[in-house]
Formats: sequence, C-alpha cells, structure tokens
Amino acid sequence: MLSSVNLPGGELRRRSEEDERLMRDYLAEGDLISAEVQQVFSDGSLSLHTRSLKYGKLSQGTLIQVSPSLVKRRKTHFHNLPCGASIILGNNGYIWISPTVNEDTDNTGGFVQNLEPVASSDRDIIARLRNCVLALAEHKMLLFDTSVLYTYEASSAYPVKDLLKPEVMADIVNLTEMRLEAEG
Amino acid sequence: MAEVLLSEAERTFIVHGIQDNIRADGRSCEDYRHMELETDVVSNTSGSARIRLANTDILVGVKAELAIPASDRPDEGRIEFFVDCSANATPKFEGRGGEEFATEISNILSRAYDNQGSLNLKDLCVIPKQQCWVLYVDVMVLECGGNVFDVVSFAVKAALHNTRIPNITVHADDNGRTELELSDDPYDCKRVDVHKTPSIVTVSKIGHFHVVDASMEEEACCLARLMLGITEQSTVTAIKKEGSGSLDPESIYDMMETGKRVGQAVNATLYQKLQEEEKLGPNKRKAGFLG
Repeated sequence: MLSSVNLPGGELRRRSEEDERLMRDYLAEGDLISAEVQQVFSDGSLSLHTRSLKYGKLSQGTLIQVSPSLVKRRKTHFHNLPCGASIILGNNGYIWISPTVNEDTDNTGGFVQNLEPVASSDRDIIARLRNCVLALAEHKMLLFDTSVLYTYEASSAYPVKDLLKPEVMADIVNLTEMRLEAEG
Repeated sequence: MAEVLLSEAERTFIVHGIQDNIRADGRSCEDYRHMELETDVVSNTSGSARIRLANTDILVGVKAELAIPASDRPDEGRIEFFVDCSANATPKFEGRGGEEFATEISNILSRAYDNQGSLNLKDLCVIPKQQCWVLYVDVMVLECGGNVFDVVSFAVKAALHNTRIPNITVHADDNGRTELELSDDPYDCKRVDVHKTPSIVTVSKIGHFHVVDASMEEEACCLARLMLGITEQSTVTAIKKEGSGSLDPESIYDMMETGKRVGQAVNATLYQKLQEEEKLGPNKRKAGFLG
C-alpha cells in the first residue's frame, strides 16, 4: 500500500492512482532498497519510509547478511568510509557495501541507476571490506563503522582472497579487538 | 538451485566484476573458496569423509559388501551411488523436494566413474562369477551453499581413499564348497586407489566469461553451466551441460580447457592433503561429526 511518493527532484506528494500503477516501473521483486521502519503492526507487517533522497533503491554493490544482533544500534547507518567505499549497516543485519556515494550528486533516491562498470580499484576495496565484515561476523564481533575500519586497516597486510582463510580472519579480528580495547 | 533474488544493479555488478577477474570476495575466476576436509568421521563404515566449502557441507560414507557380480562383467566389482539431500540443507528440500536434485547428483557421479580408467574394479573381484565386492557410496547433503556437485565429488574421492576393505582368503572346506574367510585383523586390508578417480568441476558461464566455484549470487546470474568429470591426468570422464541458456561451441571448448586445468590442480591438491592427513596417524586431533 503506497501512502505518499517522493518524486525525482525531491518533491513529496500524496499518492494518486497513477503512482500506484507506475510503481512497478520503479521497483520490482528482488530490488534492494534502504528505508526506515516507521511502524511495526501487530500482525508483523511494517510501514517503510524513504524520508529523503538518500534512501531509495540501491544501485551497484554487494549485500552481506549477518545476524541482526551483531549490528550496533547507532544514530546513522550510512557511512562513507575513508578507505574509498560506502557502507550501510542495517539494523536487520543486511550490510550493503558500494562504491563511494557522493552526497550531492548521487542522492537521487534510486530513480537514476548508474550501471556503468565499477573501477577495479573500487572493486578491490569493496571485496576487502566484504571479507572483513564476514570475518567480524564469524567471530561474533559487534559491527560498527570503527570496527569495520580497523579490521580493514589490519587486513592490508594480506591479499584480498587470503582473507577467506580462517587463520587470517582470526588474526585480523584479534588485532582489531586489541586496538578497540586499547582505546577504551 | 538459485533461491537468491538479485536486483538488476547487483547482477550488473557481478557480471562486470567477473569481466575484470575480481569477484565479489576478491577471488579470481579460477579460485575455489576455502575448504575443510576430514576423513574417518563415521565409525561403522568402511570409509568416510566430510568436506565443508563455505556454506556447503557434504558427508560421504562408503560400505563394502559382498555380492554376486553382474553377468556381463563377471570378474569385476561394482560401485553404486546413493544421494540423500537432507531437509536441513535448504528449504527447497523439505519433504520430497530434494529427490530430483539427489537423482541428478547420483547420475553424474555414476557417469563420471563409469569407465575403465577411474577405479580398478578387477581388484574388487573375489571369486569370478560368484563373489565380488560392491562399494556402496552414500552421500548426504547436509547444507547447500552453492557448488554442491564439486564438493560431493571431492568428498567421494576422500571417502574412497579412506576405505579399508578386509582381505579375504578363499579355501575349500571339507565338503568341497568354497569358503570365504574375512581377515579379523583391522590392519590387514586393501585400499582403493583413487589416483585416477575423477572430480567434478562445474564451470558456470556468466556474461561472456566463465567462473569455477560459483557462489549462490553468481549461480543466480548464470544461465548455462558445464559439469566436467576430470581426473588428475586431465582426462575428461563425463560432461554435462545444464541450465536454460545456450552455449557457443567455442565457449564450450574454452570452458572445457579451464575445467581441465582447474580439475587437474584441485585433484593434485586434494590427493596431497589426503596423504598429509593420513600421515598425522591415529593420534591426530579429530573435529568429528557427532559433537
């Protein structure tokens, strides 16, 4: 059930029947979106809000699913990491890693999809981040921007595909744990 | 097998990544994920093995039993494959949902092993035309995380390597009937030579390129795949094309070459690891299966 529509350009309007009919042009089954949960009803259904253009359909990137309890509850879920990628740490355990989102130009609410090939250097960063997040999840560590960043920095000693090995995962997670503890 | 729903942008990301030879987890197109193997995990079998590759978990048990040989092959033993897809593996296998998949796996295993070179079946003969050893290979799919066929074939190879068949002495008893005596000594047994047994390598075509060991997301982007049975000597023992998409003969040739290269390397590594595990001897630390 659609209640209101954010148009490309940022205008917010109450829904019309035409909007409901055209919704499938914008979103189909299998599409990934980022949204806020406004309400949870007693029968378990949710009402989702995409309050601004930074929410909406997600473009190119990788999705990882971890246990929801591992995601630290924070005020912001969208982080532009200094290593060169963006990460969304959803409270439902869905982690989305994508090439850096430029705040001004790329926040189109998903109406404009960029399907250009992503550069190899960006892919490398995204793959490394993905493996770091999986290593943290494997060792039941809390996921937040700092822990992911520290693990990324600890992993720079290894080539990306080696991060799939359990002994390497244990090593970088250990280093991250020590660093986080040292900071208090 | 793809239950993963992907958006168009995710699909594009994966396809372009494979073009650049950087997959989602940083692997190249010919890399396998991390694999863990343990043999001798089930005590009441002649041989067993368990392999875990990412989220795919396979358990194989081999039982050797005496039976009458087939009439057209009186001086050879047999090998028979049974596959059971546990309902725990994936929601699709609930009830009888896994039977079709199980039949597919056992068919390709039978085809891959059905040739003169893979196993020395004459070695399994006890008395020609009367008694022979039959190896019943039971495969259990415990968890399904993509690339099940490859992992099943590795586990079968490991379990066969671990199989110990007791030695038999044949002698005539007082009434002139032949009697078979199985040796009681657990160390007096013969082994199955797995040097020439095939492994199945699944090569999936995604976009214009192909990958080995596709993850669940990559399998969802793949329209056609080739399953090859390859031995360590790079011999192709079976080939099967699967999927709704079509393959160009040139692509088939390229995929076969990749499969042979990867298959030869993975067979060699697997055999080497099996030897290493055996050298650890009976005092090795067992992770075990039942806790």
